Amino acid sequence: MRVPLSWLRDFAPFVGNPADLAAALDDLGLVVEEIEVVGEGLGDVVVARVDSVAAIEGADRIRLVVVDAGSGPVEVVCGAWNFEVGDLVPLAPVGATLPGGFEIGRRKMKGVVSNGMLCSGRELNLSADHEGILRLNEMENVSAGQPLTEALGIEADVIFDIAVEANRPDASSIAGVARDLAARLGLPFAIPDTSVLLGAAAPVVPRIGAPVGTLASVRVDDLELCPRFTATVLTGVEVAPSPAWLSRRLTLAGMRPINNVVDASNYVMLELGQPTHPYDLDGLGGHGLVIRRARPGEAITTLDGVPRSLGRPGPSLGDTGQDCLICDAEGTAVAIGGVMGGASSEIDDATSRVLLEAAYFVPMAIARTSKRLGLRTEASARFERGCDPAGIDLAAGRFCELLAQSAGDAMSVAAGVIDVQGDVPVPLSLTVRPAKVNALLGTEFTSSQIAEMLAPLGISAEPPDGAGDLPLVVTVPTYRPDIRPAPNGEADIAEEVARTYGYARLARRTPSWPQPGRLTIYQRDRRLLREVLCGLGASEAWTSTFVSEFDQVRAGFDAPYIEVTNPLVEAERFLRSSMAPGLLRAVIYNTDRRQDDVRLFEVGTVFRLPRTSAVDPDGGPSAEAPERLSAVFAARGDDAWTAVAAWRTIAEALGIADWAMTDCLPSSRDSAVLHPFRRASLSSIVTGPAGHNGGAGQSTEVGVIGELDPTTVGEFGLLEADGRPRPVGWLDLDIGTLLDRDLVPRRPEEARPITRFPSSDIDLAFVVADSVPAGGVERTLRRSGGELLESVELFDVYRGASVPEGSRSLAFRLRFCALDHTVTDQEVGELRTQCIGAVEREHQARLR
Amino acid sequence: MTAPSDTEAPDNDPVDTDSLLSTAQAAIAGARSIEEIRQVAASVSGKRSPLAEASRRLGALEPAARKALGQQIHQARTAIDGLLEQRRNDLEREERSRQMAEARMDLTEFIPGSIPAPAARGHLHLVSQTRDSLEDVFVGMGFEAAEGPEIETDWFNFGALNMPPAHPARSMFDTFYLNLGPPESTVLRTHTSPVQIHLMEEAVASGGLPIHAVMPGRAYRHETEDARHLAVFHQIEGLVVDKGITFADLAGTIQVFTTAYFGPDIHSRLRPAYFPFTEPSAEFEVTCTICHGEGCRTCSQTGWIELGGCGMVDPAVFDAVGIDADEWTGFAFGFGIDRCAQMRHQIADMRALTENDLRFLRQF
Repeated sequence: MRVPLSWLRDFAPFVGNPADLAAALDDLGLVVEEIEVVGEGLGDVVVARVDSVAAIEGADRIRLVVVDAGSGPVEVVCGAWNFEVGDLVPLAPVGATLPGGFEIGRRKMKGVVSNGMLCSGRELNLSADHEGILRLNEMENVSAGQPLTEALGIEADVIFDIAVEANRPDASSIAGVARDLAARLGLPFAIPDTSVLLGAAAPVVPRIGAPVGTLASVRVDDLELCPRFTATVLTGVEVAPSPAWLSRRLTLAGMRPINNVVDASNYVMLELGQPTHPYDLDGLGGHGLVIRRARPGEAITTLDGVPRSLGRPGPSLGDTGQDCLICDAEGTAVAIGGVMGGASSEIDDATSRVLLEAAYFVPMAIARTSKRLGLRTEASARFERGCDPAGIDLAAGRFCELLAQSAGDAMSVAAGVIDVQGDVPVPLSLTVRPAKVNALLGTEFTSSQIAEMLAPLGISAEPPDGAGDLPLVVTVPTYRPDIRPAPNGEADIAEEVARTYGYARLARRTPSWPQPGRLTIYQRDRRLLREVLCGLGASEAWTSTFVSEFDQVRAGFDAPYIEVTNPLVEAERFLRSSMAPGLLRAVIYNTDRRQDDVRLFEVGTVFRLPRTSAVDPDGGPSAEAPERLSAVFAARGDDAWTAVAAWRTIAEALGIADWAMTDCLPSSRDSAVLHPFRRASLSSIVTGPAGHNGGAGQSTEVGVIGELDPTTVGEFGLLEADGRPRPVGWLDLDIGTLLDRDLVPRRPEEARPITRFPSSDIDLAFVVADSVPAGGVERTLRRSGGELLESVELFDVYRGASVPEGSRSLAFRLRFCALDHTVTDQEVGELRTQCIGAVEREHQARLR
Repeated sequence: MTAPSDTEAPDNDPVDTDSLLSTAQAAIAGARSIEEIRQVAASVSGKRSPLAEASRRLGALEPAARKALGQQIHQARTAIDGLLEQRRNDLEREERSRQMAEARMDLTEFIPGSIPAPAARGHLHLVSQTRDSLEDVFVGMGFEAAEGPEIETDWFNFGALNMPPAHPARSMFDTFYLNLGPPESTVLRTHTSPVQIHLMEEAVASGGLPIHAVMPGRAYRHETEDARHLAVFHQIEGLVVDKGITFADLAGTIQVFTTAYFGPDIHSRLRPAYFPFTEPSAEFEVTCTICHGEGCRTCSQTGWIELGGCGMVDPAVFDAVGIDADEWTGFAFGFGIDRCAQMRHQIADMRALTENDLRFLRQF
């Protein structure tokens, strides 16, 4: 909201420098976003008449202009061409300083001396126009030699652009801002009965015309939506331009002057925060108004020319579909109450009788209507925050008073006011315990100190001079609807005390408590995971949550998806089911920029609808949102093996007790993005207490691993120089499961003793069919090696001559040791036989 | 020299397009490889196919007969081309599957040590580094870290935070709604504040008060992105609910955090603001990290940069979760993690954080 300092001064004697006032406003929470200085630096500029214009030899852009500013001819060189002899223009003579500190000196151009400058609107900071010189011909009573400020009727002023918080309807007005600022600065605040601009002698306009009831009627059918409606009637109104001072104030405050009736209404709204609506009484059928709830589907075309349908709830939560419609006495809709008027009863030049509406609409109803219609106006913005129902009379009186200045001598105000009232908010009475205020603020204010700080805000407290902790009964005026009844109101009062006292003056204390701060084990493990990935040469990415259907399908997820009702980009209206598309795109973003060795990972949430038709108690489908770690290995030479190496490092870093890599289940959605013959499911194996020789344990899938399906990689466009899809390793872990130590046990905490005796190695090579996974053979060996087996490691894989087609040779190194002795050849020999037997038996293998 | 075709004797035998089609169908179905389908294609729709022959003879027919036969040939050709395309796709898919199956890898056949160590270490994303640093600062001050879901119901995102349906303050939060349940009942959380509600509800249910927690996480606002705003962004929220907690503790916490994270010459100040879930409420600003308080373009010459919002937990929020506001008091604060990163590292355009450009990521 734009607040001119000169207007604020109508209410309290603000002095001092604008920056200090802005700082005080900031401290009150009325944050000044910009300070604009207008009309400054114009003191030296005068109005001059153009006497002659002549070309300058050798110059085709500038001309020599002779002007007269009342004290003889002055020669000026000028580059603008938009004026002619006889025009009146602003002249900044030598020695003048323009807005922005630009000093005018005597200059020589193309051998001609320029004794000043003719100015554009922008150079004078009066408008944005820089197309040519500001021409003053069309203005009345302007003559050469006049100071420009006098000719234009402007004074230097300062505009504060204030961001008013949504809970402060009172501060959405000049008077409200002035009240807060005066309270803060300890200055007297008063709303003048008559405009200080008109002089103290100007009388309040008497309501002495014909009784209002003989001229107009008002019926309110719905006092729930509109608890108070008043109508004032003015006759003999001459619609004309507003006085210059009023137009200027509106302009400074950011509103365009229209005519004296509309301007007076806008002026009152800006000044007091009460929107009013003037109707052409003769445009109202039956010379009256009916205020009622709109019927479902009822239509009105608002002033902006848009037809609106009312009375039906929209999709918004809490929308009752109740709109307040204002009709004339013959039933024609003329306005959406509190939001916008219709075209039919608009004020125009022919208007002579005005019905002024000043009303109170229920804030929540206005908020609902405004939101559903997407129609936010100066009026609705104020009504939805909550206007002051007690301020209506002042606003209507002020309107009459202002209009009397320009509406002609024949204007008269009808006697009396039509005033229909229902259940209107009344001043709030609230008990405030100083102890509670102090408990919130960390202060030690006494009862009387609190009363004293509230008083200038218009909040009275009884008793005003109580000692210590004496509870106060405060009365909150109706212009402060943000202050709530008990029990929440005490916190609101505490904020008012703090604002008046100054937040900056409140004490600071570093709190402490006995409980230690910490991350959860899960959070620490997740950090470890990310560090491990970095160690594997992968950088962390952050890809979008929003993806397209193309992405979802390529990632192996079929509809339905979780869909955003109101996406920013229509195509990207789904929540990602997988991070694969985002990471692939991030890889391509980098390869496109000649970053070729790309390994990326992301820890994030993916969103899925469960396959089962699970329904939550509220009736909606429930969403699954697991946290996952996905990693893409797309550096040169990367493939599934890179991912496998990464997984083994992760398993080692976490200390996972036992895990296995098995075929993916066809139903696994996470594996659908993978090469069907280069993928595996990762699971943790929990072996029961007696399980060390039982073999099969309980397994829990923690993720999938492999190489991305080359078709998918190709469709995303990640291609090698030869046009074939680049091999990309992929690791995708459900970290909620992976880091759950019950589902995925870690190695035991107890230290295992290390033997002091030497160990003994044997190598075993088996010819095994390709269909038998090496991991199965390794598991068999591990199990068969007994307690003396320290480690099993695959060290060679061979395919080719001497190994049958469809088989390969797998060579393992087994290391045996014992805690209490050096293992003997006999022991090793027996175990060797045992291991060979088990592998041959279980895997149809043959020792090579 | 070959005789020009128009001198050939017109063949007036009727063309049976149905039989051409069925012959083609059989041939196409019989193709067993890409090579075979190529040959079949040449024989059933190529230049020397009966269909092509028939087309060439059209010119010699009477206009009416030409039109009728022309249509039949066109239909047959369309059908045959469709069948060829379909069969070719099927065969190509089979071929791909076969190649893939041939490329089978046993991922358990991994030989330790066979993959070389990476040439260079990767980098954590700047946002998560910032999040970690912030968590560490707060953990050092006695806070725990808590997290919550990104999909929230209206109650957790708005209702419990003192914003009942249709409350005007909701317009401060441009919301993404989800097509889950009744309209507008499920949202992508617009802030991390709903985690406060989860924590307080759990604490009340389990007798777990007091609470001293920070809540980092991702949040969403339906707004156009620019250099300082992202639609998907990260926040960290703080909540303390304990006995004897005052505004002084809030201001002190903000100050300690500011100095610990940004450095000893960066300070904080609070000024009144409005948030439906705190009362009294404040916005907190920190010394401009560009000019260190001297005043510059970034801070609009004020020397201060707005970082986040805070305040004492509103009694209405306590009421919503069943905490006695006379027994317990609390404060809450929240600010942007991405914004912190932007300020500390002087990142001109926040969108750099979402590009995942390695040249950017590797700087941090």
